[in-house]
Amino acid sequence: MFSTFLSLLSPDSLSLSHTTTSHFSPTMNGVIARKLYVNVSRLKVRHKPFCTDAATRVSGSNCGQPSPEHKETHDLSNNIQHYDIAIVGGGMVGMALACSLASMPLTKHLNVAIIDSNPALGSRPYFNKEDPPDPRVSTVTPATISFFKDVGAWQYVEQHRHAYFDKMQVWDYTGLGYTRYNAQDINKEVLGCVVENKVLHGSLLSCIENTDFQKTIYPSKLSSMTLPPSPSSLGMDSTSSRPPLSSQRHLAKLELSDGNSLYTKLVVGADGGKSCVRELAGFKTTGWNYSQNAIICTVEHTVENGCAWQRFLPAGPIALLPMGDNFSNIVWTMNPKESTNRKLMNEDEFVKDVNNALDYGYGPHPTSSLFGSGEMFSWPRAGVTLSANDCFEVPPKVVKLASERMVFPLSLRHASDYVSKHVVLIGDAAHTVHPLAGQGVNMGFGDAFALSRVIAEGIAVGSDIGEVTVLKKYEAERKPANIMMMGILDGFQKAYSVDFGPLNILRAAALHGAHFISPLKRSIISYASGEQKLPLFT
Amino acid sequence: MASKLVRHSHLRALSSSISINNHIHSPHFSNPNRAPLSFSYRLFSNASSSSSSTGGFQRSSSLKDLELAKFASIAETWWDSEGPFKPLHVMNPTRLAFIRSTLCRHFRKDPNSARPFEGLKIVDVGCGGGILSEPLARMGATVTGVDAVEKNIKIARIHADLDPVASTIEYCCTTAEKLVEEDRKFDAVIALELPKGTHEWSSFLTPEELVLILQRANITVREMAGFVYNPLTGRWSLSDDISVNFIAFGTKNCQ
Repeated sequence: MFSTFLSLLSPDSLSLSHTTTSHFSPTMNGVIARKLYVNVSRLKVRHKPFCTDAATRVSGSNCGQPSPEHKETHDLSNNIQHYDIAIVGGGMVGMALACSLASMPLTKHLNVAIIDSNPALGSRPYFNKEDPPDPRVSTVTPATISFFKDVGAWQYVEQHRHAYFDKMQVWDYTGLGYTRYNAQDINKEVLGCVVENKVLHGSLLSCIENTDFQKTIYPSKLSSMTLPPSPSSLGMDSTSSRPPLSSQRHLAKLELSDGNSLYTKLVVGADGGKSCVRELAGFKTTGWNYSQNAIICTVEHTVENGCAWQRFLPAGPIALLPMGDNFSNIVWTMNPKESTNRKLMNEDEFVKDVNNALDYGYGPHPTSSLFGSGEMFSWPRAGVTLSANDCFEVPPKVVKLASERMVFPLSLRHASDYVSKHVVLIGDAAHTVHPLAGQGVNMGFGDAFALSRVIAEGIAVGSDIGEVTVLKKYEAERKPANIMMMGILDGFQKAYSVDFGPLNILRAAALHGAHFISPLKRSIISYASGEQKLPLFT
Repeated sequence: MASKLVRHSHLRALSSSISINNHIHSPHFSNPNRAPLSFSYRLFSNASSSSSSTGGFQRSSSLKDLELAKFASIAETWWDSEGPFKPLHVMNPTRLAFIRSTLCRHFRKDPNSARPFEGLKIVDVGCGGGILSEPLARMGATVTGVDAVEKNIKIARIHADLDPVASTIEYCCTTAEKLVEEDRKFDAVIALELPKGTHEWSSFLTPEELVLILQRANITVREMAGFVYNPLTGRWSLSDDISVNFIAFGTKNCQ
């Protein structure tokens, strides 16, 4: 029953956000960071044996390479910077956390380090208005828009290309049914807004620049993380002449690939689907790869597109999202072989393929009268939604390809825990989902804003922010909602990957029902727009 | 768990001469009640004089190392939020929320500040392992934690040393009465000791009894809140229902 709402809207190039940070050479240093601290302890000091099993010193395999001398160094803590929070990953979700902390009185005095080798973090201006539309976009829900407004970042988004939309149409290739959603169905003005990722990211950066939030950007990658030993290991080593310095015993130590080290009370893993923090902290994940890739690109029309379209084809959905100025974003999910072909074919062929997929290809247009002009569902006549009377429309024709075509593999992954002492995961590091409902980055933003609130509440009662009891409140809030969303998205993905007669009819009927049964539809829209945490009918 | 949160014998001893500041805290620190304190913990005979509450340990004998290790492991158990003292840890943030709210209001402190108790001297009577003292120190207060049980003070010191902010807490193994004898002055007294494992219903106070006792000691109860436990969420919250567990805030009357 919830599967139908999934026909809501797609693309969010969630798995794309991590690409901006993973491929930069670790040799960038000097110009970008505000303060660069060279690790003075290159001297070979005897490593404290009490660290053996109590303190886990882990080097990651897919993380930056540590230089050999760092494996032996012991901290002469005086020269290593201390932070309250270290955010590993300065992408959209990591910066959303930073902005949120900067905007609240209880947290704005925290001293924060941001570790990300993306040079964009240090350079101004953050993005150029004349740039053609980037194919990496996200569809932000009204809930996300309201978070952005709360922290003061939305004003920057509105100064650049963005596209609100208030209509959505979902249908499939069988021609058996379709659904149209309208924001007015839930008495709202918009269903969401499509924004390029670099605009979202740049807006968060601009927002934080306008505060006096103490942040230090480390343009590097995390290479190892040492979590504090348990107190019972104190004093065990009677052969040492130097007592362990007490102030570091409750802190996590991060070592970066450029040689810098830092101490922090809390490590936030906002470093994407291939999270280094998640791996170093030993969080287990479950998940699977979908045997699907997504092609994304920007296309152009002769008219402005004001609606979000999604059509389910045999191999996966194609979505067309308005971006503003006659441009739309395409997210087309298909099997890997087709995705390779489509990426390589010439532009004109590709445009023809796209129009085919959105129009008459694969099957007929649905008519509104599957079961006799909705008579089967005509009993709840009173209070029927506005869009129930809308007829099926064909999406605007694509005339030109306006960007390169990018291909990404799709997968589902979920960390079994989001928190452990001194470590917390947010965004794609905690969960990656199929883009078919445009929820991925919105879940990440939800995580960031929930975590900052939990930190503020902890500070209000004098807690140590690295304490698990504080962090677990964040997990208790976000995990159920995220898992529920993931389950639904996954179930939907599976439901739509089967091309089988009776199932097709069932699906179409469900779509059709969603179109006409108002309370169901309202609830669906409300949930997908982020208003409700869980898809319960209240 | 029908334990009351205040031990009335402590309170009587304290209230007779430790002043609870009931006029507006002046930012200029010109408050005559808070004369500079010439204390040092050598005055308290029970306190172990060999260890300091800040800095590293300078131990040379392995015997002391073993003792330290033993207490460190006890401290870890005491402080384990999922361990045997879990109920205490679960209840703690709720108590702190009440304390923060009442003290901010009383001393006219900014409730949105991360360190609203900056400049306030607070004594935590019956501090145990420091579960209240440490958050109070993080909120900016100058904290003195006292407990009659030496083991608790040892645990408290070991744990506090892990955090530079908490390591400023002065822990003393002593009693409230001794503090009174020393004529120590504080802006606020926190006495939230739980009776240890006893189920002697007769010794539990009702809110009415507490109000009377405090009145006799020249303290007016200003606010009271109930503690309610929700077994479904596993969380404590403040409420109007003071029938089972409660916490009270009072101020000393002007003479």
